[in-house]
Amino acid sequence: MTDWVLNFPTLDIATLRAVHKSIDAAYKTFSRNYGDAIESAFDPLLWLLIKFEWILLNAPWWVIVLAIAGICYSASRRVRLSLGVIVAFLIIGVLGMWEDTMRTLAIIFVATLIAIAIGIPLGIAMSRSDRMQSFMTPILDVMQTMPIFVYLIPVVMLFGLGKIPGLIAVVIYAVPPVIRLTNLGIRLVDQEVLEAADAFGAGTWRRLFGVQLPLALPNIMAGVNQTIMMALSMVVIASMIGVKGLGMPVLQAVTNQYFALGLFNGAAVVGLAIVFDRVTQSYGRRIQAQRQS
Amino acid sequence: MTAQTQEGIHVGHLYKVFGADPASVMPLVHEGIGKQELLEDHGHVLGLRDINLDVSPRSIQVVMGLSGSGKSTLVRHINRLIDPTEGEIRVDGEDMLALDAAALKQLRRYKISMVFQRFALFPHRTVMDNIGYGLALQGLAKRDRGERAARWIERVGLQGYENSYPHHLSGGMQQRVGLARALATDADILLMDEAFSALDPLIRSDMRVLLLDLQHELHKTIVFVTHDLEEAIEIGDRIAILRDGEVVQNGDSQDIVLRPAASYIADFTKSINRGRVIRVGSIMEPLRPDLLGPDCPHDISIEEALPIAVASPGGEARVLNGEGEPVGAVSLGTLVRALGNDRERDRAAAGNAGQAAEAG
Repeated sequence: MTDWVLNFPTLDIATLRAVHKSIDAAYKTFSRNYGDAIESAFDPLLWLLIKFEWILLNAPWWVIVLAIAGICYSASRRVRLSLGVIVAFLIIGVLGMWEDTMRTLAIIFVATLIAIAIGIPLGIAMSRSDRMQSFMTPILDVMQTMPIFVYLIPVVMLFGLGKIPGLIAVVIYAVPPVIRLTNLGIRLVDQEVLEAADAFGAGTWRRLFGVQLPLALPNIMAGVNQTIMMALSMVVIASMIGVKGLGMPVLQAVTNQYFALGLFNGAAVVGLAIVFDRVTQSYGRRIQAQRQS
Repeated sequence: MTAQTQEGIHVGHLYKVFGADPASVMPLVHEGIGKQELLEDHGHVLGLRDINLDVSPRSIQVVMGLSGSGKSTLVRHINRLIDPTEGEIRVDGEDMLALDAAALKQLRRYKISMVFQRFALFPHRTVMDNIGYGLALQGLAKRDRGERAARWIERVGLQGYENSYPHHLSGGMQQRVGLARALATDADILLMDEAFSALDPLIRSDMRVLLLDLQHELHKTIVFVTHDLEEAIEIGDRIAILRDGEVVQNGDSQDIVLRPAASYIADFTKSINRGRVIRVGSIMEPLRPDLLGPDCPHDISIEEALPIAVASPGGEARVLNGEGEPVGAVSLGTLVRALGNDRERDRAAAGNAGQAAEAG
């Protein structure tokens, strides 16, 4: 009679188990029926990832180092930063982590491309309607606070182990910042400037591409930067579902207590992160500086 | 009203109510509900009430009022940056409210352009590209755009700054870019929303001179919004004074200064330099046949007429109309009396206006 006052009224174990079971069963049926179809839809991405990885692994190492330093310089126009990038990659190579680093680079690159391709249009949609914003915001909140490992479960159930599930898990985890900051950047564009575009007869598209997106670009770049950082941290966790790269040795090191191995590979991830971060940030700063004195 | 064929801008019975469902409160607005009451009891803001305004082509119409009087809202109705709740807007006889999105875009590209209070330049484009913005929307090729933009850069005195970004320029220079951007499209109608209000006083008067200079050449139809009566008097052919979303008076500068329609306007005019604003034509008395000279034109100010009257033996001067025919006379007494802030007269004007407001 007074049981519910003293103890939290929980569903009994049998019911709870039945709930879990029915959800799992429904998802399993879904994945059995549609898993292959969905997986083949991702084939072009897999192809892109494999090609890019092949190039990175098979091109002479010095070509890659020079190419990365060149990209770094053209984005940031900073000589010291570019030299630092060369040194970082040389150290990674000397310590025998070249191949894993290239694999990680490939998956980060493709994941970031996908995140941008999904995130910017979603961010634009969010900025255009308050209803869309209040619909998306809680979803993004959940995506960013849900423990990372939970993403792995449905993805693995659907696709099994391998590159595609890894890529999808990374993208899901990493896409929120670019969506949020695209939305924010567009909403922060000066209303009077938009009014001016309207007053001169710009339509929706010319206003978007001629005024809103260029002015939101520094914010969008900050979003891309965060997205890359999150993708990097997810790459290590994705190694649990078979994604090759710097995450694998880290995972190995954790399970076998190989301190040095973990430290070196972890440091390589940090190195990549610093390179990506500095390059995207100084690119963002450069476009902003052009507009201000 | 022959509005259908009329040149210029016609605004008729224009109402604007802001809020969730403006149509639902329109009956109350027509019954004359107060602005305060509408806000507190019905949650809607009365922006404009029964605005009637005709702007003749090639003239400068000033819309003046304090902040919150609805002047910026009114000017944005003319190119439909804001849509009215009720009423009529015609530009050269064309019903603006009947335009679809595409036609409205065309009209904004070719016929009406605008200058903004905070300049509203595109910070990511150079001066050249800012001025060429309207031309790009008109579909002009890059080279023609550059040529035309360069002409306007020179006309507003910004040579050498073609490739600067707006942030590198001072406020006055930025607004020159804003003005050139608006003029470059060759639109007949120019809307200027407090265009000079954000500038320093000296720069502001430079800009007024530039605008009047340009108007002398270009003969645009200009709607100029300001909160500064001196500015209004200097550049306006006609001045409409707005208060709480209603036109209180619409007349030329002489009407406003000599015959203020409400104490609200008399308050504005108190601080005006009457000697410089009032023209002798507005205060002259009937011509006596025995008065033979000296002569002064009807459109000079009291300041300019005083030395002429002083120099004449009787302290009087004849006033000539535009064709040089004598039409009236002014005496030193008349001129000096018009200079003074006559309390009696002002009170009478205010009283009349007060009664008129109560009766209305």
